[in-house]
Amino acid sequence: MTAVITLPSSLDDLSFEQVLDQLAPHPADAKVIVDARHTTFATPFGLTALLTLAQTRTDMAEFLPPEDPDTLSYWARAGFFRHAEELFAVRGTVPRPRVAGESEVLLEVTPVTKSDDVHSVVERIQQKAAHILINKLHLEPRATMGFTMTLSEACQNIVEHAGRGGWVMVQAYRYKKRLGGRLVMVIAVCDAGVGFRRSLESGQRRPLTDRWDDAMALETAVVNSVSRYGEAGRGQGLKGIRGYVHRRDGKLSVRSGTARIAYVPPWDDDVPRREDLAPFPGAQLQITIPERVGAAA
Amino acid sequence: MTRIDVGSVLRHSANVPFSDLVTRPTGAAVRRCIEREIAALNAGDVALLDFSHIGMMDYSCADEVVAKLLLTLAAQGSAPGGVVFHGITDAHLEAIEVVLDHHGLALVVQFADGGARLVGAVTDDEREIWEQVNARGSAVAEEMATAAGRELVDMARILDSLRRRRLLRHDGATYAPVGPVQ
Repeated sequence: MTAVITLPSSLDDLSFEQVLDQLAPHPADAKVIVDARHTTFATPFGLTALLTLAQTRTDMAEFLPPEDPDTLSYWARAGFFRHAEELFAVRGTVPRPRVAGESEVLLEVTPVTKSDDVHSVVERIQQKAAHILINKLHLEPRATMGFTMTLSEACQNIVEHAGRGGWVMVQAYRYKKRLGGRLVMVIAVCDAGVGFRRSLESGQRRPLTDRWDDAMALETAVVNSVSRYGEAGRGQGLKGIRGYVHRRDGKLSVRSGTARIAYVPPWDDDVPRREDLAPFPGAQLQITIPERVGAAA
Repeated sequence: MTRIDVGSVLRHSANVPFSDLVTRPTGAAVRRCIEREIAALNAGDVALLDFSHIGMMDYSCADEVVAKLLLTLAAQGSAPGGVVFHGITDAHLEAIEVVLDHHGLALVVQFADGGARLVGAVTDDEREIWEQVNARGSAVAEEMATAAGRELVDMARILDSLRRRRLLRHDGATYAPVGPVQ
């Protein structure tokens, strides 16, 4: 029997939980159809997480693309179908993928599997990101460097810890649900690798505590900056990301396994810690940097 | 003083056609190459690490290229006479300061105009005395203690700490900056 997983009309990091809740009862080799026909909006997290979902299926899932032509066109420009066609059995016709780098999307959905990919991502995004951060989000020039460092460290987590390739996408858009429609810059980095708990276990970096689960692993890695590597200098990447996000009044959320933690700024009402979520392999990270108010020229 | 162009090292040792120092493997490759170049210096020679052609640097790379290099040199306890960082900009400083603080390390940054600055984990006393030595060009402990109104033993301890951390040079009784750009 084939299970139909219906995507919400607005696909973001929180509504993606509805997708995982639907998927949870079905083993990885079950036949699945992912139905995006009525989806009209997707964040970078939504698109990268969908590809990650596809990676977790041993039996290739079918995919029904959005019916809304604008949505379909945007997903194509974002590079989603270029990769989705390799991971899903995509039904119907989708707009032809354009050559990578042509779209107005800040960084299209981009695979990250090795260190060279991180170099390439950093190189591609720097100028475009600097322009938007300074001229649209009204951040000071030094903030652009921190943004690129943050992106680099987030991507490196895949290379260093996931054990398999993942995805990154960056986009700027008006955040209508919050912030009164202020512009935000969003980085989404998703993988279907081993996740934080198994990564820390593999390096024997599990804290000496009776309780050990995905939430504890996230707290150990993200809050306490513990890496699976025991070297003194390790763990600074996530610490640096945290610091950058905090200084820019931004938001950081990290999901792994059955838990999710978030550094929540005053402008958002997300909860800092969610547990007992539907299980999903790997790690999924989202960084949101908002436009600075009162600084526009 | 021997100049090591980190941008050139990046292109050749890490085989990366970009100017940004990102990722640990890249940083490790660059550091190993710099270590080899420093090992070939004569005892007492100062290595000038020139970052002028480096775009940005992330935390992982700063840890590999800067922190681990300083830790290796400290562990060796021999040549060279010191390491000076040149061409450092805000694009590098954010990551460098974080990793230096993390490891309790410090370094000397030399600016193009000849000015120098101490960056990293140093006490207020160490910074103040380092700046005085740097301004004087050279100094002995006795005159520094007199000028600062401190006990000689106290001044000698701080100067020696700066020397051991390779933030000052020591020649006989004289302490001096690790080397101006020539």
